[in-house]
Amino acid sequence: MKDAFGIPQSLLVLGGTSEIALATARRLITRRTRTVWLAGRPSPALESAASGLRELGADVRTVGFDALDPDGHEAALGKVFAEGDIDMVLLAFGVLGDQSRDENEPGAAVRVAQTNYTGAVSSGLVCARALQTQGHGSLVVLSSVAGERARRANFIYGSSKAGLDAFAQGLGDALYGTGVHVMVVRPGFVRSKMTEGLAEAPLATTPEAVATAIETGLRRRSETVWVPGTLRVVMAALRHVPRGVFRRLPL
Amino acid sequence: MSTGMSADAVTDKVADTVADTVSVTGWGRTAPTAARLVRPRTYEEAVAAVRECGARGGIARGLGRAYGDAAQNAGGAVFDMTGLDRVHAIDADGGTVLCGAGVSLHRLMEVLLPLGWFVPVTPGTRYVTVGGAIGADIHGKNHHVSGSFARHVLSFELLTADGEIRTVRPGTPLFDATAGGMGLTGVILTATVRLEPVETSLMSVDTERATDLDDLMARLTATDHRYRYSVAWIDLLARGTSMGRSVLTRGDHAPLEALAEGTRARRAPLEFRPGRLPAAPSFVPEGLLGRTTVGLFNELWYRKAPRARTGELQRMSTFFHPLDGVPHWNRVYGRGGFVQYQFVVGHGREEALGRIVHRISQRRCPSFLAVLKRFGEGDPGWLSFPMPGWTLALDIPANLPGLGGFLDELDEEVAAAEGRVYLAKDSRLRPELLASMYPRLGEFRALRAELDPRSVFTSDLSRRLGL
Repeated sequence: MKDAFGIPQSLLVLGGTSEIALATARRLITRRTRTVWLAGRPSPALESAASGLRELGADVRTVGFDALDPDGHEAALGKVFAEGDIDMVLLAFGVLGDQSRDENEPGAAVRVAQTNYTGAVSSGLVCARALQTQGHGSLVVLSSVAGERARRANFIYGSSKAGLDAFAQGLGDALYGTGVHVMVVRPGFVRSKMTEGLAEAPLATTPEAVATAIETGLRRRSETVWVPGTLRVVMAALRHVPRGVFRRLPL
Repeated sequence: MSTGMSADAVTDKVADTVADTVSVTGWGRTAPTAARLVRPRTYEEAVAAVRECGARGGIARGLGRAYGDAAQNAGGAVFDMTGLDRVHAIDADGGTVLCGAGVSLHRLMEVLLPLGWFVPVTPGTRYVTVGGAIGADIHGKNHHVSGSFARHVLSFELLTADGEIRTVRPGTPLFDATAGGMGLTGVILTATVRLEPVETSLMSVDTERATDLDDLMARLTATDHRYRYSVAWIDLLARGTSMGRSVLTRGDHAPLEALAEGTRARRAPLEFRPGRLPAAPSFVPEGLLGRTTVGLFNELWYRKAPRARTGELQRMSTFFHPLDGVPHWNRVYGRGGFVQYQFVVGHGREEALGRIVHRISQRRCPSFLAVLKRFGEGDPGWLSFPMPGWTLALDIPANLPGLGGFLDELDEEVAAAEGRVYLAKDSRLRPELLASMYPRLGEFRALRAELDPRSVFTSDLSRRLGL
């Protein structure tokens, strides 16, 4: 069960090698979290992520999960929920893709969309049903500012996050009053291996800062969290910039 | 006859319609979870509710005054026991009452005071049920004289997981597991409670100020035995030499001769008329009770108290339940809710108490409802909270940054001093500390495993702490 400050005792991470997710798990383990499930494609990276968390004192298990295999979600995640209540699900998987390549390879672009959006719709609904049955829990969805307004430089990724963001908001409204809390997290540019080699955007942040914002959001039972918080104002302004101007901005 | 039938029909309809999924929290309004709310009106309905509560079990709930998650059950059933609201029998000569578990102490006072009787123990609110009072084994300002509520319970009927109704008497394992057992042994249906005789409904109160924590503890140690009721309000924002400054209010039921001849009070000495202010609004902005406002309040509260005053006549509601005057007062903390922290440390552990008070005042926790009390002998319940020593209760807005970690540190201090925190108020204890705080937890778990192997009685509290 979560405590009065929204800190979970058990955590399921979808996308168990995500740096943001692991930073969040580390932070929550120092507070209350004792059971952690890392779901992801079986890999040495997943196992080493698990052993890293074990060193902090948590009981960590891994479970095979592939965002691109929606048909397998029910079975893979059902197994986790059958073992006991999950107080928080962190939906953290996602791929950035390579915009310039993906524009010329529709197949690759579709994989970005399938991972970030379709995979999240499927696994998000599976988790939402399980959380609703247990009558409590938080579903924390890692969205992105890129989904707030499509940019020339990464609209394939951005559109997939826009879909995910809209889905998660709607799901949050659908689950209102069921004891299940859905929180959409919109980080800006996060310095991690996913963005390695990319030019840093203004207001860049770190996985640890996102983890801190998630902990605060859980305590406040927030529905939307921007990281850093100033992005909320920045994006509110950018959303209203006329197309002709927006497309010329060096973003 | 026809009215009886229609009443039954209404009951059926109500029972059907209230089995709805609702979001439930404790009085602190943190950590909401969803449960099916079932309101049994009869024994039969209660038995049916327990039999049909499903895989995630059920838990009894009274008036929802437990601060944390004790009367919540995510995904399962919550039995709203306020439907069992009959006062069945009063022995006006012997001073006992037999009533349904859902009867509130407020109702008992309304019924019993005109007959010259008072409840044996009352907490800081009248709006708790008899069932809840046993389940949490509540204590009041008279703990140093009278002990906890369950000490005055002559017997109760308990609906257990097998659907049977058992009569439980003091001195049996089931009684001691249920007193303070947070509803996890079963659903209490009725109870017989021994009462306290009173001549009037007024209190004769002595008030004095203590300049700091040492002064306060010295006064309580020296003179507490002279009073039936005793409590100290403590200013936890005061620092330095005035750290722990407090206002002691102690007293007893006023005898009839204390009331002046010819006054209205003398003509109707047993009249019970608690005043009521308008309810707190449903929306209160966050952070209304910050350090500035609470600091100001505490300063005024301390200054307005007389240095020493004796024999002041106060209404019972003023003396025992000042907050009941404002319905929904828990809303003043805003949407984020608040956390109550109450712990006890034994005699000889005054240093630990001093350290904790020091840390709270250094940290500037904005708490305006902090009270310190000196407990008497411990109580027989296996999970009963009181033990001989000092108990401090405070409330803090849950949104205060870093509060979780800070309270964890206080837990460490309490556990190291062989003290404990109060489960009826808890919403955030680390489960690892529970066994050291409650040495009889093993017996409790063993009895529960035998009596209720499928964990029919389950609450968010029991899940969180592994009770």
